[in-house]
Amino acid sequence: MADLAHPLRRRSLLARVLAGVLALLLVGGIVVALAAFAYGHQAARQTYDRLLLGAANDMAEAISVVGGVPVATIPVAAFELLSFSPDDRVTYAVRGPGGDLLTGHEATRAASGMAGADPYYFDGEMQGEKARFVTVVRRFAERDYSGAVSVTVGQTVAARTAMAQGLTRDALIAAAIAGLALVAVAFVVIRSAMRPLDRIAAGLLARDPYDLTPMETNVPGEVAVMIDAMNRFMRRLDRQIAAMRNLISDTAHQLRTPVAAIRAQAELAAEEEDADLRAQGIERLVRRTRSLGSLLDQMLSRALVIHRTDSAPRLPVDLRDIALEVVESRDHELLAPGVEVGLEIGPEPVTVLADAMSLTEAVKNMLTNALRHGKAPVRIGVSEGAGSAEIWVEDSGSGPAPDVLDHIGERFERSAASRGQSAGLGLSIVRAVAEAFGGTLEMQRASAGFRVTLRLPQGGAQ
Amino acid sequence: MIRCFFLCLALLAGPAAAQEATLSIGTGPTPFLVRSTTDIVILKPALDAFVAENPELTVNYEQWGSNALYEDSRRACETGAGEADAVFSSAVDQIVELVNEACASRYRSPLTAALPKARIWRDEIWGVTREAAVTIYNTDLIAPQDVPRTRFELLDLMRRGDEGLRGRIATYDIEASGLGYLFAFADSLEATSFGALIEGFSRVDAVATCCSAEIIRGVAEGRYKIAYNVLGSYVATAPASHVGVILPEDYTLYLSRAYMIPRGAARKAAAARLLDFLLSPEGQDILAASGLVARVSPEHTASSNERAIAIEPTLLVARDRQRRAQFVAQWRNAFGFAVGD
Repeated sequence: MADLAHPLRRRSLLARVLAGVLALLLVGGIVVALAAFAYGHQAARQTYDRLLLGAANDMAEAISVVGGVPVATIPVAAFELLSFSPDDRVTYAVRGPGGDLLTGHEATRAASGMAGADPYYFDGEMQGEKARFVTVVRRFAERDYSGAVSVTVGQTVAARTAMAQGLTRDALIAAAIAGLALVAVAFVVIRSAMRPLDRIAAGLLARDPYDLTPMETNVPGEVAVMIDAMNRFMRRLDRQIAAMRNLISDTAHQLRTPVAAIRAQAELAAEEEDADLRAQGIERLVRRTRSLGSLLDQMLSRALVIHRTDSAPRLPVDLRDIALEVVESRDHELLAPGVEVGLEIGPEPVTVLADAMSLTEAVKNMLTNALRHGKAPVRIGVSEGAGSAEIWVEDSGSGPAPDVLDHIGERFERSAASRGQSAGLGLSIVRAVAEAFGGTLEMQRASAGFRVTLRLPQGGAQ
Repeated sequence: MIRCFFLCLALLAGPAAAQEATLSIGTGPTPFLVRSTTDIVILKPALDAFVAENPELTVNYEQWGSNALYEDSRRACETGAGEADAVFSSAVDQIVELVNEACASRYRSPLTAALPKARIWRDEIWGVTREAAVTIYNTDLIAPQDVPRTRFELLDLMRRGDEGLRGRIATYDIEASGLGYLFAFADSLEATSFGALIEGFSRVDAVATCCSAEIIRGVAEGRYKIAYNVLGSYVATAPASHVGVILPEDYTLYLSRAYMIPRGAARKAAAARLLDFLLSPEGQDILAASGLVARVSPEHTASSNERAIAIEPTLLVARDRQRRAQFVAQWRNAFGFAVGD
């Protein structure tokens, strides 16, 4: 089955649409043929029934009562009417009340079951040939004669059949011409509609592999959807590649100095002969490498956050859950043992559309910063503003120096990095998360201390 | 080799043998039976030429009166027995009726397709000849200024009360002659003057008699001064002195003898060949020489007074029982029969 499905999927759009059009035409053609056939028969029947009736009426009108006997003077006009179907044989019979033949052909009977219908049409046969008949009745109420005289006129159906066939044929020819025109137009339209695809494919093939700039969107709407999706995809790819480059260059930058320092200290320690001094050197070396480890952690976490903010779906997240998780993970106890972290959350959920893991990572960084640079006690809280949701971390210190504050949270800070510390990198993660989810990062000195707030637009189902 | 074996003018015994004369032409092994109202002598040249082209045939020609031929053909159609191979009649209305009763078989060839519409119906009946209904007069007995060139002049002549015309005007007996009835009926449809004409015939005690040849002979011999509605073809083939011919100028009826191949004909192919032969230029030339095809004369090309009796179902009106009865009654009144005589 799968083998069969594949070629079907690969079949060209043109072939598919043409097949659809042809199927439509086939069904339409059958419908048109049936309709034309029915219409042709109906039209022919109406037309020739009228002539038949006209002839019968002519004959009925020409009946007069002469000496107590109905006498029909069959008019030529009646036969001239019937001559409109030139090759059909005709028959007629004028009969008295008892069915006795006054004039005409003995074989032609009046309609039998005339339930008050006048004129009464019926189908019959003339010498074994299909024929159509009509019976009209003329009632006489004369002094010397009273009764109903019936006039029955019949005619074979060659002209009707010819007319019905002619109408059907004409309709079918018209439908066939229209169908062919439709196929031709469909072919041309589809071909011209498909041309942008060829152009796009050619453009894509000719592209430099690193060229991720958007493609031109001057194409039909249906194709533009695809192009837009592709352009969005390429933008994301572009961002990720840029993030990757940043990560690599940041990593190279950030690691070069500490690694150089470690090497220098290691060399010093290796050359130190005094055991005490060597122990001190090794102690410094250990501190350096630990600090380098936490720097690497942060860089990885930032890379992860940037990747996730780009690719993970936005889901409703309750900020209180984030705050709880950060506090309960008790990571901070490793960093600052003994420092109690206060939690300030309300009873109502505070929901934003975001990626929970990125948010958790951001808040952890905020908390780590507060613990590392601020003063205890540290509080973490969630609150709601007008249309916005906030999650914040507050310490009791006075915050960093104003000149540091200006630069804080930029991608990386060389001065900090050069000291083998990671100040700034953490906040840069927070800032990236804030931007990814349409929020802001705010820092302010409050009466109680220094507060870092991650403010996000409120939203999402609860 | 054309040989005429016998010409029988005597009525043969037997109830079915209503033919007036028979003639056998050719020596071929295949018999081919033609029943016709046309005088044998008139059609013989055409049949001779046909047999010369079809030597395998022996044409058995039977000459019938039109009414008898109609009755016979109808009976043959109903019983399916004793059908002729071809029927050729001047009483076109009767043949139209037979066709209308599905008694004919269909045939189509380039020659029949070329016929004008008024000379063909359903590809089952064909008008082969073209013969005028003329007025003839005895040139010795009618003064040139009295020659009736139109029906109105004839009417005026009869109304003048000229005793010399009493009993000396002849026309067909419409009851005895199918052709006479057809001509009279066509007249009645053509012009309102027909009633006056009947009244005029009545006034001069006109004679209704039978058969073209008899009427023409009567005029030539001076028994009749004028004869109305005589087949022009018979006048042409029986050239007689003292007979003047008039194509009535108000209108002239033209008859086209009807050819039909009966449904039960045994030799339909031969019948079709005879039809094509009669319609071919050669056949038409022979018929013209026999007077059966009146050629359009150059000065009469745009003859608006020409009234062809069209071969079409309208002729069924002439066959209507009551209509015919009324017509015959009117005729009898004029010619002095008691109705129901």
